[in-house]
Amino acid sequence: MAEEVVLLDFWASVFGMRVRIALAEKGIKYESKEEDLRNKSDLLLKMNPVHKKVPVLIHNGKPVCESLIIVQYIDEVWNDSSPLLPSDPYQRAHARFWADFVDQKVYDASRRVWRTKGEEQEAAKKDFFESLKTLVRELGDKPYFGGETFGFVDIALITFYSWFYVYETYGKFSIEAECPEIIAWAKRCMQKESVANTLPDQKKVYDLLW
Amino acid sequence: MAEEVLLFGVWGSPFSRRVEMALKLKGVEYKYMEEDITNKSPALLKYNPIHKKIPVLVHNGKPIAESQVILEYIDETWQGYSLLPKDPYQRAVARFWAKFIDDKCLQPVFKACWGEEKDREKAAEEATELLKFLEEELKEKRFFGGESIGMVDIVASIIAFWLGVFEEASGVKLLTTEKFPKLCNWAHEFVSNGVIKENLPPRDKLIAYFRNRFGGANASK
Repeated sequence: MAEEVVLLDFWASVFGMRVRIALAEKGIKYESKEEDLRNKSDLLLKMNPVHKKVPVLIHNGKPVCESLIIVQYIDEVWNDSSPLLPSDPYQRAHARFWADFVDQKVYDASRRVWRTKGEEQEAAKKDFFESLKTLVRELGDKPYFGGETFGFVDIALITFYSWFYVYETYGKFSIEAECPEIIAWAKRCMQKESVANTLPDQKKVYDLLW
Repeated sequence: MAEEVLLFGVWGSPFSRRVEMALKLKGVEYKYMEEDITNKSPALLKYNPIHKKIPVLVHNGKPIAESQVILEYIDETWQGYSLLPKDPYQRAVARFWAKFIDDKCLQPVFKACWGEEKDREKAAEEATELLKFLEEELKEKRFFGGESIGMVDIVASIIAFWLGVFEEASGVKLLTTEKFPKLCNWAHEFVSNGVIKENLPPRDKLIAYFRNRFGGANASK
């Protein structure tokens, strides 16, 4: 049967970017449908009635929602090359734990950094850097969170890099100054085609909000 | 090598109980360590330095934290009973509903029962809308996992059992048979299952605990 893969997405969504990186890593051909989040398509509302959010992967007509769930799905279906998760159950649990940490800690703090002011923003900045520093400790000497190869946790985190100019400008700080190891890791990831071709320019993301 | 499985939990926590349900369904022997969360043990802090929370599973000295991560680990490590389907699409669907329950349902349910008076009605409306999605997802299945209990059912034990406890302790009623006939039926089947029944905390003790901790003058009609 001819394979049909459609991605409902928004170009600046850190979550959509995760899926695009995974699809690129696997060399999967797909049709991309850009959503206007202020005027969501009937298709999106039908395919994700619970959350009404992007990204949604539609594989042969069947929707998969939630970015990390989609990435795992992609890894399990297209399992003949470029594994995104390790094969050992303990390593897999480790990867899932840290990807969840990114969702729990980095996402929340980063949103508050650019959406709040004053004391709230100061607290957000503190949380943001704490979460990055925790991740840096986890990364240690490894080139990627996945070890020698780019993997699940790298995919979960790298997409936020496209928003770094937003955080830095609104938060009035330099991530490189506070956390150089994260920048070094991000630049390493950006050398991969799948990442470089997916992440939008940081200034373009900033202009979206302006 | 002799297998060593430790589980750090709290007697009334739906999160550590769900890990116990999974271990029991798989027939895995384990040693349970009850934590006092007001006075966390050095072992817990060592095994989960990032979140400092229960549950933590320690398998041959290696710790795993976050209940849903633990459930998937248990399913992948021990064969026999399957907690997740084999088909990748069905697995994605199961993961979606497990995440939905934990990320979306818990807060409004809790707020509806224990929140400030002014927030409760709105939270109850929100909780009702969310429970409707679960009611629809159940369709004609006996369990969310199909014919047998799976990961979603175990995660949803918070709805099958803890919600009833909240309702009795707070006087707020959310899960009615009129609104949610399938979900109520499922809840009854789920808590009646032999393995599950053995792994639920004592109901009266839990009701008393919640009344004491969050109740006060919140008796509703």
